Amino acid sequence: MRTWEFEVKSASLIRIAVVAGFIVLIELLCRSGIIPASVLIPPSAMFTHGVDLLRGGKFDHDIVTSLLNIVAASIVSVLLGFALGLGIHALPSVRRSIEPLLSSYYAIPTFIFYPVFIVILGIGSLPIIAIAVMLSVVTMITATLNGLDRIPRALHKSAQVMRLSRWRSAIYIKLPATLPYLFTGVKLSVAYAFIGVIASEFILSGSGIGYAIGYAYNNFQNDDMYSLMLFVLVLVTLVNVVLNRIDQRFQARRRR
Amino acid sequence: MKRVVDSLLVALVIVACWQCLHWAVGNSSLSSPWSTVQALVQMLGTAAFWDNVGETARALAYALVIALAGGVALGVLLGVNRLSGVVAEPILLNLYSLPKVTLYPLVLLVFGLGLSAKVAFGVMHGLIPILMFTMNAIREMRPVYLRASKTMRLSFARTIVHVVLPAIFPEVVSGLRLGFSLTLLGVLIGEMFASQRGLGYLLTSAMNLGDIRTIMAVALFLTVFALACNGLLMMADRRLKHR
Repeated sequence: MRTWEFEVKSASLIRIAVVAGFIVLIELLCRSGIIPASVLIPPSAMFTHGVDLLRGGKFDHDIVTSLLNIVAASIVSVLLGFALGLGIHALPSVRRSIEPLLSSYYAIPTFIFYPVFIVILGIGSLPIIAIAVMLSVVTMITATLNGLDRIPRALHKSAQVMRLSRWRSAIYIKLPATLPYLFTGVKLSVAYAFIGVIASEFILSGSGIGYAIGYAYNNFQNDDMYSLMLFVLVLVTLVNVVLNRIDQRFQARRRR
Repeated sequence: MKRVVDSLLVALVIVACWQCLHWAVGNSSLSSPWSTVQALVQMLGTAAFWDNVGETARALAYALVIALAGGVALGVLLGVNRLSGVVAEPILLNLYSLPKVTLYPLVLLVFGLGLSAKVAFGVMHGLIPILMFTMNAIREMRPVYLRASKTMRLSFARTIVHVVLPAIFPEVVSGLRLGFSLTLLGVLIGEMFASQRGLGYLLTSAMNLGDIRTIMAVALFLTVFALACNGLLMMADRRLKHR
């Protein structure tokens, strides 16, 4: 146990060193002019300019729009995915025919339907949320099915022994037992919602972080563009770290 | 046989939903399934369409080869050396869940407009899943294989070629299945932003013209293509796993 813990610790130290070394390398390459400033600005400049932008509030509106869209898309896809997962699980015949679709769903490049959503729902937040939901709902469905499949039989039996009603057994037994799997679904859904929202803003929209990056690119404002990119990178990393921590807690509980 | 019937049923239900949606929102917003098929058939007869298909296919082929070769090579390196794998895994997972579109301007500034940028974008999407599958396959490979190669005193290169690669081949195919669809997505998104040719460009130009029939026809073509390739890789996958 000790050595394992030690290994994890040293691995994360090495990881931090690798990332830091990479950043320093890029910084040096940029400062020495090997990478021209028209291609990439030094990370320190990205950071300081980004702090200025956040202080000045130039992109506050875009950031808030994107975040609201991401939160909305995550909530809708988690709830919808969970409900659909429950429904599909309850109907084995439907499930059997829908399973091949679920397993090859991510082969379809969902983004090609974004123009259709724009025509149907108009330009604005709705088509963006719709495409993000389309992208992320299926992982939630799969996670729900997966969780429901793996409830240990002993738990079903103990619910029967204790003569719990359907609802009580759902709330006190099934939900806690499936929670680790559901959370993995939530984690992936949030990641896909990020991808869906920012990518669709990039393709066609009037506001949001993706739009702001595209706009800055088209106007050769490299400093704004790279600061925004850095912002997205840091934001996604932070969200991932938090969700992964929670996920690991759940996974550890499952193994107990 | 049963599976085929089930898939057909699902396809029928989807077409029915599509038709109902078409009735609900009107012809100018969503073309009906039948007129989309007609538009697609008409498009398939033109040489310009096949030029665009060829362009996308070329970019996809380059990107796939690079993603596969790079993913397997890096995956083998990270899989054989346990510590480097442990160090790299969270970084890779984070890169995977990053909205890679944000990095697109960087790709354009480095590679310029044109084929190389599209290929680079496809590789960015497809490389990591192939890498992860390869790495995990090596980690979960039975240790007896490596011990056997040690007993036979095989060199590192020969161990990789004769022992490791054959052992992980099925997992590499699974990784390729995921990597394939992501590479296709990457190439298409690349074409949508900055290209004068290819199916992605066809989509954006139709989008700007509000030509919903063309959009649906191209989308249908791509969906059928993606599902067909996915089905083939899935079949290969299943056969290899049952070996």
